[in-house]
Amino acid sequence: MNLDFIAYNTPFISIFLMMAAAIITPIIPQEKRLPEKFSCLCIFINIILSGYLVYFLATAPENIGFNYPVGHFPAPWGNELRAGLLEAVLALIFCVAMFLSVTGNFYDTVNEISARRRQILSVLINLLTAALLALTYTNDIFTAYVFIEINTIAACAIVAVKETGGTIRAALRYMVMSLVGSGIILLSICLLYGLTGHLLMQYMRLKISELVKTGMYDLPLLVSVAFMTSGLAVKSALYPFCFWLPDAHGNSINVSSAILSGLVLKGHIFLIIKVFFRVFGLDVISALRMDIVIFILGCAAIIMGSVHALKQSNIKRLIAWSSVAQVGYIFLGLGLNSEIGIAAACLHIVVHSLIKPMLFTSAGGLSNMAGHNKNLHDLAGTFYLNKSAGTAFIVGACSMIGIPAFAGFASKFALTAASFESNLMIFAVAALGASSLLNALYYIPAVLVIFARGKNNNLEKIKLPLSFHVSIWIFIALNFLIGLAFIPLLNLITKGVSVFG
Amino acid sequence: MNDEIKIIWLKFFNWVMGNGPRPENEIIPPELPPDLPFTRTPDKKHSRFHEITISERLIQWLSLHGLHVFANFYNILSIIVCLLIIALMLMTVADLPPFGDFHNPANNEVVERYIKAGARETGAENIVAGMILDYRAFDTFGESAVLFTGAITVLMILGTSVKKDKSELKRLHLKTHSGFEDRNFLAFAPSLHIYRDDDAILRGVASLSIPVIIIMGCVVIISGHLTPGGGFSGGAILSTALILCANAYGFIKVHEFFSERTFIVSSSSALSIYALAKGYSFLTGANHINSGIPIGTIGDIFSAGLILPLNICVGIVVAGTLYGFYALFSEGEI
Amino acid sequence: MFTKLLLNHYEAAAVILSGIGLANLLLQKNMIKKIIGLNIMDTAAYLFLAAKGWVAGREAPILLQDINGEWITRVDTYVNPVPAGLVLTGIVVSVSVTAVALSLTLKLYEKYGTLNIDEALLAMTEEQKIHEAISEHANEEIAI
Repeated sequence: MNLDFIAYNTPFISIFLMMAAAIITPIIPQEKRLPEKFSCLCIFINIILSGYLVYFLATAPENIGFNYPVGHFPAPWGNELRAGLLEAVLALIFCVAMFLSVTGNFYDTVNEISARRRQILSVLINLLTAALLALTYTNDIFTAYVFIEINTIAACAIVAVKETGGTIRAALRYMVMSLVGSGIILLSICLLYGLTGHLLMQYMRLKISELVKTGMYDLPLLVSVAFMTSGLAVKSALYPFCFWLPDAHGNSINVSSAILSGLVLKGHIFLIIKVFFRVFGLDVISALRMDIVIFILGCAAIIMGSVHALKQSNIKRLIAWSSVAQVGYIFLGLGLNSEIGIAAACLHIVVHSLIKPMLFTSAGGLSNMAGHNKNLHDLAGTFYLNKSAGTAFIVGACSMIGIPAFAGFASKFALTAASFESNLMIFAVAALGASSLLNALYYIPAVLVIFARGKNNNLEKIKLPLSFHVSIWIFIALNFLIGLAFIPLLNLITKGVSVFG
Repeated sequence: MNDEIKIIWLKFFNWVMGNGPRPENEIIPPELPPDLPFTRTPDKKHSRFHEITISERLIQWLSLHGLHVFANFYNILSIIVCLLIIALMLMTVADLPPFGDFHNPANNEVVERYIKAGARETGAENIVAGMILDYRAFDTFGESAVLFTGAITVLMILGTSVKKDKSELKRLHLKTHSGFEDRNFLAFAPSLHIYRDDDAILRGVASLSIPVIIIMGCVVIISGHLTPGGGFSGGAILSTALILCANAYGFIKVHEFFSERTFIVSSSSALSIYALAKGYSFLTGANHINSGIPIGTIGDIFSAGLILPLNICVGIVVAGTLYGFYALFSEGEI
Repeated sequence: MFTKLLLNHYEAAAVILSGIGLANLLLQKNMIKKIIGLNIMDTAAYLFLAAKGWVAGREAPILLQDINGEWITRVDTYVNPVPAGLVLTGIVVSVSVTAVALSLTLKLYEKYGTLNIDEALLAMTEEQKIHEAISEHANEEIAI
């Protein structure tokens, strides 16, 4: 039986399935946590579909990917999706990370929020997944704008899903920052539409390369790329625009933190990569000097994110600030402005979307043992009460530091290798080294604290359900899988990047 | 012996401490003026006559006004940034293709096909409706999803929070207006819409205009593919009818036929129909299968394939959502 | 440059408006005024798009009939329909985003009685301090 049509339709079906799931979830009865289970089921179907698409594209004789017209009309007139190896791998990883974050924190949401809100939370999770997949697959810049907005609203909503003063304030701040970003992105899209007359990426690129050759409209092009980048950088928390992130990720419930840090940021970052690669082209970007700006901001994010993380005493805020640093790594790879650098950045997207949800889930599991306290000194000795969470936290910390055999090493290795081919090598290596040191400085005390048998001997062991342990151990297994066998994955991504443009 | 030693010790001790009798030949130094800088350095901070140095003044002043200075600095900086952005954008605009020129890059083959073949391919007389609901329908589907996301989020934030006991307040409000001594009631009074029975003007106008508004909204929705309008504008008009009804007759009256459950079920099912119809069309289109949806003759009410049912679905969602926003903001529930 | 600006006066107005919106957003302390600033920014983008779509001497993109009752589908009759569709989408997006932001503002006001996000932070830290003091007090009582 020929299953090619499934692979061919996967990009559309996976987005459509999640949106349809979101639409019908509000009328599913709330008993037995059906809405959440339904959403898990849909994400699981998506994992299978995306996995098959990766397999299909990786084994296809010429894996250049395909364009998928949404509707009856071909490309410059209708909307279009594009699925290549890179998009498929990222979609698979996003679905896996989303699934594991939801199942890993399945026990926690019951304690935190009411049944009514849990139903709406699962609607929002479905919408976020749909938006992420759409941002991954889309080939149309205006579709991307619409789904960025879905992403923004749903992300703010899952921050505010538990109603406390802190979450409301954090969500509002996040909302305002995101909306500034959206406004700037919309202006940039208007400019680009005025200059090119197209909204589909490959046609825009043809037109832009013509414009660059003739030397017309240099300033508008520069302004539009600057606006697009800064708008998306605000949304993906690049360093000078990142001060909303620790509030939003540190205050919300565990599942929200895991999804926001691991996935929502990545959708926007991947869109930047897409815009650079498919709308402007790397040569135009380097002619406009955007790559240097991105590189410098990435280095600043790596250092400053770690420095801020050093000051934190709340474990969730510590992990949130470390996200800022990790976003910096991705932008550093992007700023190298070579295919190999972007492949390394994509590998880091993959690694970080698996590590960050694991860290947040395990931190949630640990703080659950200490009576929902999130201060580091209250977590003393919690390792002995929840060994899976403790192990996961250690594995995550080692990954973040970049110890060999852990996943974080893979992407740091790839980034360093990529930087050797660039003339910015010294700065890149210096930033990577310094940040590894800083990561060690703030993660090792956190790890030591959870081992310390101290004043907290009177804590009682709370039994967590099987879903938590299974998800955590799958996270750990994936981490080691990537850390030990990252060469095939990197090859896959490099192939994907080479046909991406 | 012991006593002598003791006395000597005592004298010595007193001498050391400085409160014993002085030796006769001791020269008493003249009393120095207290603020000669090279003989004695007075403790600056505690001296009454100490002059505050500039750095100290700065620190003092900053501790008093630091936040203020920062705010001013921030304000000035943001004004400068805004002016710079405006200047940059104005330079950009001056560089853009001229306004209203038909040689502009935006007027290309895409627009040409929308205008030339739009009516033939989509069956819609309104080219914009044909474009957003057929050529670029995926965007519009996403757009409805944005509205749905917004509605569900506002419902979550305002509609499901733990509130003070509202049924008590409702009872108070229904009974009389004599409950004004109750502080609780006063706190909620502005958000409770006290309806007077004698508000005859509002009710009279509402009873006359609501049917007209509803007819107007339906016309705008149904003829969305023929004239300017469509689901979004028509739905907004319908929602004003609901809002007017709520203001004239009370939210409780509207609640009888439009409750939160109605809102959720109607929005979800309308969007599901939208998703099913469009999903069928997208899938058949992408796999190059003829969808078999009739286009009809241009200019008829029943034409343009899926556009009419889609407009109706969108109209239902928009009407419910906008009324829902109003009700949630003013009442805290639908 | 100035003559070109006069030629593109709609776009110029749009970018000035968006700058005003941005200034509002950065300078205002009151959340509702900030949200108004955001709306000004969005609206400026729609003005920009609408100006991009207009072509001199052409009609709105609703099909016209000639004297014989035939539909006129010549390209030089109608303006560009694409920006109209984009503006429509943008307006719906802006409505839902504004509603969400306002609802969060309303909740903030209910919690802290202020529309200023920094004052809310101050109120929050004070609340936390009081909370901590109370819990410490309780702990001491337990210890006694």
